[in-house]
Amino acid sequence: MSMATTTVQPVERENYLNKEYGVGSWLLTTDHKRIALLYLISITFFFFIGGFFALLIRLELLTPASDLVQPDTYNKLFTMHGQVMVFFFLIPSIPAVLGNFLVPLMIGAKDLAFPRVNLLSWYLYIIGGVMMLHCMLTGGVDTGWTFYTPFSTAFSNTKVIEAGLAIFVAGFSSILTGLNFVVTIHRMRAPGMTWSRLPLFIWAHYATSIIQILGTPVIAITLVLVVAERALHLGIFDPKLGGDPLLFQHLFWFYSHPAVYIMILPSMGVVTEIIACFARKRIFGYSFIALSSIAIAVFGFLVWAHHMFVAGISVYAALVFSLLSYAVAVPSAVKVFNWTATLYKGSIHYDAPMLYAFGFIGLFTMGGLTGLFLAALGIDVHVTDTYFVIAHFHYIMVGGALMGYLGGMHFWWPKISGKLYPEGWARLAALIVFIGFNLTFFPQFVLGYLGMPRRYADYSHMPEFQVLNVLSTAGATVLGVGYLLPMLYFLWSMRYGKPAPDNPWNAAGLEWMTSSPPTTFNFEKEPIVTWEAYNYDELDRAHKEEVKVAG
Amino acid sequence: MFNNFPLWPDRASTAAGNVDALFIFLLIVSGMMSLLIFVALTYFAARYRHRRGVLAEQIEGSIPLELTWSIIPLFVFMVIFAWGAVVYFKGRTPPRDSTEVYVVAKQWMWKLEHAEGQREINELHVPVGRDVKLIMTSQDVIHSFFVPAFRMKQDVLPGRYTVAWFRATKPGTYHLFCAEYCGTQHSGMIGSIVVQEPAQYEAWMSGGTSGPLSASGEKIFAELGCATCHRTDTQGRGPNLQGVFGKLVLLADGRSVTADENYIRESILDPGAKIVNGFKPVMPTFQGLVSEEQLNALVAYVKSLSQPIATPIKTAATGDQNNDKTEGSQVQ
Amino acid sequence: MPDSTVVGLHHEEQHHPELLHHFAEPQQQRDAASLGMWIFLATEVMFFGGLFCAYLIYRRLYFGDFGAASSSIKAGLGAANTAVLICSSLTVVLAIWGAQIGRRTLMIGSLVLTMLFGLTFLGIKGVEYKEKFDEHHVPGASFSFDHVPIPGHPDQYANPRHAQIFFSLYFIMTGLHALHMIIGLGIFAWLLFMAWKGRFTPEYYTPLDVGGLYWHFVDIVWIYLFPLLYLIDRHP
Repeated sequence: MSMATTTVQPVERENYLNKEYGVGSWLLTTDHKRIALLYLISITFFFFIGGFFALLIRLELLTPASDLVQPDTYNKLFTMHGQVMVFFFLIPSIPAVLGNFLVPLMIGAKDLAFPRVNLLSWYLYIIGGVMMLHCMLTGGVDTGWTFYTPFSTAFSNTKVIEAGLAIFVAGFSSILTGLNFVVTIHRMRAPGMTWSRLPLFIWAHYATSIIQILGTPVIAITLVLVVAERALHLGIFDPKLGGDPLLFQHLFWFYSHPAVYIMILPSMGVVTEIIACFARKRIFGYSFIALSSIAIAVFGFLVWAHHMFVAGISVYAALVFSLLSYAVAVPSAVKVFNWTATLYKGSIHYDAPMLYAFGFIGLFTMGGLTGLFLAALGIDVHVTDTYFVIAHFHYIMVGGALMGYLGGMHFWWPKISGKLYPEGWARLAALIVFIGFNLTFFPQFVLGYLGMPRRYADYSHMPEFQVLNVLSTAGATVLGVGYLLPMLYFLWSMRYGKPAPDNPWNAAGLEWMTSSPPTTFNFEKEPIVTWEAYNYDELDRAHKEEVKVAG
Repeated sequence: MFNNFPLWPDRASTAAGNVDALFIFLLIVSGMMSLLIFVALTYFAARYRHRRGVLAEQIEGSIPLELTWSIIPLFVFMVIFAWGAVVYFKGRTPPRDSTEVYVVAKQWMWKLEHAEGQREINELHVPVGRDVKLIMTSQDVIHSFFVPAFRMKQDVLPGRYTVAWFRATKPGTYHLFCAEYCGTQHSGMIGSIVVQEPAQYEAWMSGGTSGPLSASGEKIFAELGCATCHRTDTQGRGPNLQGVFGKLVLLADGRSVTADENYIRESILDPGAKIVNGFKPVMPTFQGLVSEEQLNALVAYVKSLSQPIATPIKTAATGDQNNDKTEGSQVQ
Repeated sequence: MPDSTVVGLHHEEQHHPELLHHFAEPQQQRDAASLGMWIFLATEVMFFGGLFCAYLIYRRLYFGDFGAASSSIKAGLGAANTAVLICSSLTVVLAIWGAQIGRRTLMIGSLVLTMLFGLTFLGIKGVEYKEKFDEHHVPGASFSFDHVPIPGHPDQYANPRHAQIFFSLYFIMTGLHALHMIIGLGIFAWLLFMAWKGRFTPEYYTPLDVGGLYWHFVDIVWIYLFPLLYLIDRHP
């Protein structure tokens, strides 16, 4: 039999993506990696919805008058932008996508402790998301994402109850994810994977999970009370009926402050992994970074009333919360110093993940420093409820958390998809995001100090604010482009990207010892760990010739 | 668009300078810290970029370094905290003889009434150099009284009074914003603080007034029959209100509370909450029977029954603020 | 290639039928289930905690009014419910013991008793709620609480608005608790079914353990609710 010359197609190895096909195999999966992808699709969807609202807000603010949309509509836009971005994008993002995918892999386990609970988590997220979508499509809600009483319970004419219930349901998704991670990290580590050998990504997710577990139920009960009050005309938060509106604020912020640490801690974990890999060395101060994550989680529960300095709390309460807020700033600063110190005598590569990590450090530092301004009682009186606060939290959540998320997506994309993304485009996107971000949000610090209040649809009495608003909107369009690019080239790479080797970055960590993409049960043989984390010296010495980094 | 492009807000109160000083200090500290990090990052990124054959040096860490960069920032933070606390404390402690203005916020306007009686909507006239204390409440939802030029902000709550104060230092007209989202026209709840030279202010003040707020309060006090029980002798079924404002009151359950604005207000709306020692709980509630403005007038009246009176003297000659307690003449 | 590639350190119970594939050995699975339930209970503590917090604050603010409102509830039914729940926790423990020593009748009988106690609890709760409805103590348009003296101050009446806050919290707290009871009954119905099918052996009764933990927690919440809602400022 003659063999015509044929190109030999490499046989695609079985992995978690091609093991089974069909919608059912995805919607009923218990594989943590598939669930991570289900989350990836859903949160990306909500990110674009929240981003769309942001775009409309910024377009409206190009001119002083409320001429693009009516004030009622504008009020719904910023409310739903906040709710969608906080509850349906940021809180799940890294834990539900990267955490779900990587936690078992990083500790040498075959799956999370409770795979079916993991799937339930996703379904709860989807149900909450569908409820939220329905709410938005049938009128929306205009209370601000903070839905202060008595406006939300007794005055707003919008779908507060529906939005509240949607977030209530989505909250359980968050709780169950946290529960799963804690049990997994405690009980499913491979032999030899001691606590001090864990990747700092795991420490970060452990700390995050503690907050999810202890904090989320409080917003859940707060939502129950608001819904009950609104539906049944109770008086728990309404002064006309003997209630106290400040009680609502305390209950709300008791969760919502730790919530911001849910949003940033995982991102810090990602950045730590990236820096270690692209500087080719063990993180400086491993135990300090690990413990600072726990410290942030604990202290984060003690500072909530710094959102209420002008709300009518006593001077003494304000003093206590201001003091504690400075305490919680120290562990964050410690991390920034340790990351910087890691670069010292490193061997640094500038691939896209590292660019995002650099961006993170710069922007998180600025955002965090502006937190010092806000914690200072005398200054907070002036800048609270203004654009200064908006700039502060966007620096941390977008400049920090989101950049960390993007960096992590790039770093682990070869592992997740088995394909390489186009490095040139990725570096360009990182640069565009960085520039666009600063242009959007830096002017808002100035606007805030000038006195432009938050949640203003119209500033025609203050035309002097226009220049800065125009700058900000210009930046937002650049930023939008920067976010679209990865979406496009990641999709492109799934079809046309180069196949990825098992460890394109020559990175440390058990996840890189599996195939790209991994098989359904991750490890052919349960790993037995005998080495410390970030063993880059071993990895690099094994390759006398530096392995060309992919891309 | 480019004509008016400020990058720093007006400074028009005594507090503004204090806040700005702390802010600038923080700008410097943050600037230095950012610079330090950025320079280090850039330098390391360049100096230690990957070179063929050169391996990274594995450095575990350094406890002395960790302690240094934990303790020094903590120390700096404590300094900032203390400074911020001092500024805040000053800002939340109205001076003794401040002029009082009662503010009622509602969706979506500001109603102001000077103790001397002038009523204003969305505007507040004040003289330069006078301590002004705002006693504020809301008719509906939470609002926030924000004057950027004074670096002053205080949430205005339904169901109770909150207090803020300022002393304007520069004549001019300054923005007043509502800074707590309150519904459709939240961004329309805008007003002005008009700071005038004392002489101008006197001229404005004399332009028609229905009498001081406390006088309206006295009328309401009579109309609602309060005087029936709150007599000025010891025979009344209710406590004598002469001189009660500002003093400690002993309650039936043993507690002592200060008779401030919120106490007076609560006593009218929910008299059963704090029964005065030695009296029976017979006072009916006036919840729903008095408006916020009437409550303000009643509070002003009760305050006026205390010596020295709460409001400073209005003298065209001196013009400037004064804390002259000796001239205890009645206003008007 | 079949995925029986667990290189665990213990071989004795390698292929226990109840061992899920991602666990190396039954002990690990047991520990994970137990830890998982304890953490879930921690979330429940925080959930109810918000309500207890609101309650404590208003009790402090409206001391007398809360006392009057609480005194107006018949403590007898609440006390009966407390006894019922404590007994049900006992039967839960007995059911687990039955599984541990392989006594199927004890296990199943105790499970049935537990559910009966649970249903009794809900029944008594229903009677209580009906009473509240009849007395117009349900918050809302028809709420009324006039001329109810404050305990210890016979000449002073409670403020109805503040009493309404008490009852709002009463219904939300006991209502949420009852909801947890109903869920608990659902869980125990399923446990009963599993027990009937013979799924539980002295080597494997983890669902009973974990379900029992949940039930005990619901019991403990009631132990806190009862005195706070029913017994404050009681005078003979």
